[in-house]
Amino acid sequence: MYLTKEEEQIQSGEAGETLRKAIEILVALGDIYGADRLIPIKSAQIAGVSYKTIGDAGLEWISDLEGQVKVPATLNPAGMDMEDWERLRISPEFAEKQKRIVQAYKKLGIRCGCTCTPYTLEGFSAGYGDHLAWSESSAISYANSVIGARTNREGGPSALSAALLGKTANYGFHLDENRVPEVSISVECSLRESDYGALGYVAGKIIGNRVPIFRIKDTPEKDDLKALGAAMAASGSVALYHVKGVTPEACRLDFREPEEKIIIERSQLDEVYESRKRAGKEPDLITIGCPHCSAAELKKVAELLGGKTVSKETWIFTSRELKNRYPEYIRSIEESGAKIVCDTCMVVSPATNSYSCVMVNSGKAFAYVPGMCGAESVYGDMEVCIEEATGGKGKKAGGSH
Amino acid sequence: MVPIKLKGRTISRGCAEGEVLLSRDPISFLGSVDPETGIVVEEKHALAGKSIKGKVLVFPHGKGSTVGSYVMYQLKKNEAAPVAIINLETEPIVAVGAIISEIPLVDMLEKSPYEFLKDGDIVLVNGSEGYIELLKSEGCKTEG
Repeated sequence: MYLTKEEEQIQSGEAGETLRKAIEILVALGDIYGADRLIPIKSAQIAGVSYKTIGDAGLEWISDLEGQVKVPATLNPAGMDMEDWERLRISPEFAEKQKRIVQAYKKLGIRCGCTCTPYTLEGFSAGYGDHLAWSESSAISYANSVIGARTNREGGPSALSAALLGKTANYGFHLDENRVPEVSISVECSLRESDYGALGYVAGKIIGNRVPIFRIKDTPEKDDLKALGAAMAASGSVALYHVKGVTPEACRLDFREPEEKIIIERSQLDEVYESRKRAGKEPDLITIGCPHCSAAELKKVAELLGGKTVSKETWIFTSRELKNRYPEYIRSIEESGAKIVCDTCMVVSPATNSYSCVMVNSGKAFAYVPGMCGAESVYGDMEVCIEEATGGKGKKAGGSH
Repeated sequence: MVPIKLKGRTISRGCAEGEVLLSRDPISFLGSVDPETGIVVEEKHALAGKSIKGKVLVFPHGKGSTVGSYVMYQLKKNEAAPVAIINLETEPIVAVGAIISEIPLVDMLEKSPYEFLKDGDIVLVNGSEGYIELLKSEGCKTEG
C-alpha cells in the first residue's frame, strides 16, 4: 500500500504512539483487503461504546489513547441513558463504568451524542459520494444506500483510528466496482410501515453480505428505508442496498440487472408478524426506536399515545439531540407513562435483560433481542405496539394489513 | 540445526520468540479465552484447558465478536497474552487486536505452518519484516 511521506512519518512513530498504532491498524486492514492507499474521510462514527458489549477490555484500551480526532466524530449508543440511568434500574457499578467509557472518548474530542442515527445530527451531514468511516451497522447501511455516501463496516478500533487520522484505507465500498448490485429482489406485495422492517429481516437472511437491488411497487419514505437497511444488517450483514427508482445510486447509475433473482411474497413477511401468535408468553416490555426514532416517528408515537395511559412498561428510544429539539412530542409521550430514553437502545442496554418477552416494531431489534438480551421478541407495527402498551386488544397477528 | 526462515505478510509489527502452540480451530478471543489467565475455556476447542500465555500461537484465523480485539488487549495488560501470532490468513478482529496489543503477527507464510511446526518448537516471529524463523525443532532430528 502506498503511503505519503507524512503517513510514513506517522508510521515510524514521529507523531506519537496513538497515531502510530492508528495508522498501523488502517494499513493492516488495507493490506488484508488490497487497498492501494489511504483516503480522506468526512466523518467517523464509532461503535464499541456500551459497557455491556466492550467490557473492561474496551474501557482500558480507549482510556490509554491520547490526542484529538481530526474529523467530526460521534459515538454509537451506550448501555444507558447518560443523564437518567436510574429510571431504567441500571446498577451504579455499570453506570460508573459506562460514564468512564464515554468520558474517555470525549477526551479525544469525540461528540458524545450517542446515537445509531448520526445522519440526523446537526453538523454531521454526509452527502453523495462522501467517504466515511462509520461502524454502526444500520447507520452504515443508511449512509451507503439512502445517502449514497461510502463507508465500509468499520469495527470500533478501526473507526476510531480513522477519526484520529482523518483517513481510511481505500477498499471495499469506497470503490465503484464493489457497489454494483449482485442480486435482484422483487417484492410482489405492497408495503407499508413496519412491512419494511419485516422485509429486511427476511431478505437479510437470504442474501447474507451481498449487495441487493430491490424492485418495490410503493415509494418508501426515508424512515422505511432506515428500517429496511437496519433489519438486513442484523439478520444478514448487508452494508449497501439499492431500490430501483428510489435510492440515489440506483437513480443515477445505469446498473445492469443481476442474474440472480429472488422473489419475496406476502406470506414470508406474515411469518415475522406471526411471532406474536407463536410466542409462548405475553410481552412484558414494549420498545420503539431501533434505530433511534426520527422526528416523524416521534410525532407519530406522540399522536398514538395522546390522551392514553400505558399499562405495560414502554420505552421509546431517540437521540438526545432530537429529544431536545421536539419537547412537545416528548411531553405527550411521557404523559402517557411511556419513557423516552436517549443515548442507548433495547439491544445494547442491560435494562432489557430483566424482561422475558419484548415487543418491537423493528426487524433489527427482532433479530438481536433474543441473543443479546435473553428475551423472546415479537413483532408488530407501531400502532399494534402502542395498542399492546395501552392495554390493547388481546392476542392477534400484529400485522398491519 | 540451521534455522529455517519462511517469508510471510506483516500484520502487526514487533519481534518475539517463544514456544509454538498449534490450534487447528479458529479462535474467538471473546468467550473462548479467559482474559485473566490466558487459558482456553471454550469446551471442545482444540486448545481447551491449555494456556496461550507466552506462546507463539498458531491458528487459522479469528472468529466471533469484534470485541475480541479488546480482549486481546486485556490479555496483554494481564501478562497473559501470546508473545506472537502466526495465522493462515488473518481477519480484521485478530489483526486489530494484535496491533493494539503490540503482539507481532505474521500471516500467509510461503508454506503452511501446520506442515513444518509442532507444539514445543522454538520460533522467532518478526512482524516488522514479515518472516518467521524456526530456531529449535522439537523431535525432528533429521533437520539441520
